[in-house]
Amino acid sequence: MPGSTPASLIAEGPEVFRAPELVAGPRLSLRRQAWRRFRKHTLAVASLFILGFLVLGVVVGPLLWRVPMGAIDLSAMLQGPLLDHPFGTNGLGQDLLARMIFGGRISLAVGVAAMAVAVGIGVAVGAIAGMASGRVDAALMWLTDLFLALPQLPLLLLLMYLFRGALRAAFGDEGGIFLLIVVVIGGLRWMSLARLVRAQFLSLREKEFIEAARALGASRARLMLRHLLPNALGPVIVAGTIEVANAIIIESTLSFLGLGFPPDVPTWGHMLYDAQQYLDSAPHWALIPGAAIFLSVLSINFIGDGLRDALDPRRVI
Amino acid sequence: MNAAPPLLAVRGLSKHYSVTGGFLAREIARVHAVDDINLDIERGETLGLVGESGCGKSTTGRCIMRLIEPSAGTISFEGRDVTHIDGEDLRRLRRDMQIIFQDPFASLNPRHTVAGIVGEALVIHRLATGRRQIEERVVQLLETVGLRSDHLNRFPHEFSGGQRQRIGIARALAVEPKLLVCDEAVSALDVSVQAQVINLLEDLQDKFALTYLFIAHDLSVVEHISTRVAVMYLGRIVEVAPARALYDNPRHPYTKALLSTVPIPDPKLKRKRLVLTGEPPNPFNPPPGCHFRTRCPLAEPRCAEIAPALLETMPGHMVACHVTG
Repeated sequence: MPGSTPASLIAEGPEVFRAPELVAGPRLSLRRQAWRRFRKHTLAVASLFILGFLVLGVVVGPLLWRVPMGAIDLSAMLQGPLLDHPFGTNGLGQDLLARMIFGGRISLAVGVAAMAVAVGIGVAVGAIAGMASGRVDAALMWLTDLFLALPQLPLLLLLMYLFRGALRAAFGDEGGIFLLIVVVIGGLRWMSLARLVRAQFLSLREKEFIEAARALGASRARLMLRHLLPNALGPVIVAGTIEVANAIIIESTLSFLGLGFPPDVPTWGHMLYDAQQYLDSAPHWALIPGAAIFLSVLSINFIGDGLRDALDPRRVI
Repeated sequence: MNAAPPLLAVRGLSKHYSVTGGFLAREIARVHAVDDINLDIERGETLGLVGESGCGKSTTGRCIMRLIEPSAGTISFEGRDVTHIDGEDLRRLRRDMQIIFQDPFASLNPRHTVAGIVGEALVIHRLATGRRQIEERVVQLLETVGLRSDHLNRFPHEFSGGQRQRIGIARALAVEPKLLVCDEAVSALDVSVQAQVINLLEDLQDKFALTYLFIAHDLSVVEHISTRVAVMYLGRIVEVAPARALYDNPRHPYTKALLSTVPIPDPKLKRKRLVLTGEPPNPFNPPPGCHFRTRCPLAEPRCAEIAPALLETMPGHMVACHVTG
């Protein structure tokens, strides 16, 4: 097995090192090693396939399934899954498959983009606080606590209400609301990430390899980007994947309260809320978007787990 | 005394840590980790710094390295005061002094390869440019410390403790320093590996004309490698002497007690052990006068009043004791 020599074979001999002949072949590149570790994570690989399928479905779906998502057919109301409507229909007889495909685009995009905003702000705030210490740290943590103490939902609603009009005018109906939702969700969900990154920095800062880098004359930027951040990454990846799930669910809350996307724009969360009055008569209406949210959130979480392990060179393959 | 200034001169170095608490973070206590230390290290010598854990020897090393800011005192390198330099000046100083750490498992970034770890200094100080040039130099450094070129792309966790320590040494050597602070550099290693690393350090000293500040708590290790030895107790230096003189003829009662704990490699010979009673005093509240008097078999009333100064009793042999000094 080239490249996977167990650590125990590289033992130290008395004067000359033993067992050089056991180290066979050139080493795999770092990326290949990471991929090997990722592949060992069966759940992560399966999740990658599932998420890949979902993404592929929402991207190329409209090309294959040409039923218009807005076409109302009152004669086919609340129909269960059948041949001409594989996912059934909703209360207006609209085709659920078409709506799932379109809604998936929005839901997944909102989830990933809001996560990126939250991780971006959280990592920046946490890293600066953890590096700076003293007054800057105190001020940033005070800000974090302030955001944590804010009542999230009323604030979310207030922000949406205040800026909806302006952004819709500037970026168009869907674009403006997408931007607003992403920024507002990301802007209210970064606090736990900031604290996580700060805590990681505080403990890593005391490690000898950080002192060694300082003794070598590494700049603060170098310390942060090359030494502290890569070592703080594992928990951030896991927390980030949870944020994707959160964002999808918050978006559906907003849609439900009428402050998200307009009612005629289907998102997975929105469909779920529309369906709740018909749970008895048409359970498929709720189950299908629910399963989609569940599957994407779960697979993103597992991929996050796998990624964390893959990016840690200490994991033995 | 000397015409040329010593490589490193430490004068009145102190490091206090404040313990704050209560309303408005008042200072409620203060630890004197290092208390008014004077040290000279001459070019090419190895100064051993010994003392029990918590006595401030590592703090001293880190203050000299400018990894922590001293509370008072000056540090001069090659006659130049470097206590408060920063920015580009400090970066340049980093090329002259390097440090090797105690824990070979914590001192290497687990996410970097050996090439990245050893090559980092080359990148920071632009000592080599381009991948190939850096790699060539790293291989050269690895071979200097007894590792092989095919270790280049391995991660620290794939090595044993002794090999990791060699990587740490290679990293320190990358900038071609003049002074190397070895902070308990072999304490975490097995005895057989310890000997290898010490031999390596001695070879490197000959090869690159290095000067060592060798911090340790193991007297036999220090005796082997040091030219001179300084003994620390609770933040103060109590005795400095050439290694031979210190081991053959210790003057300070603390040094005597320390030496009596070194085992003799002959079961028939028995050393008269000088067992100290009690614990070292609480560093928050050290006794006035001589810090050692609470455990000293020879303590006299005057020891409680005035702290003894470090005085030269014989050429090159300095002791801080009222009774034996």
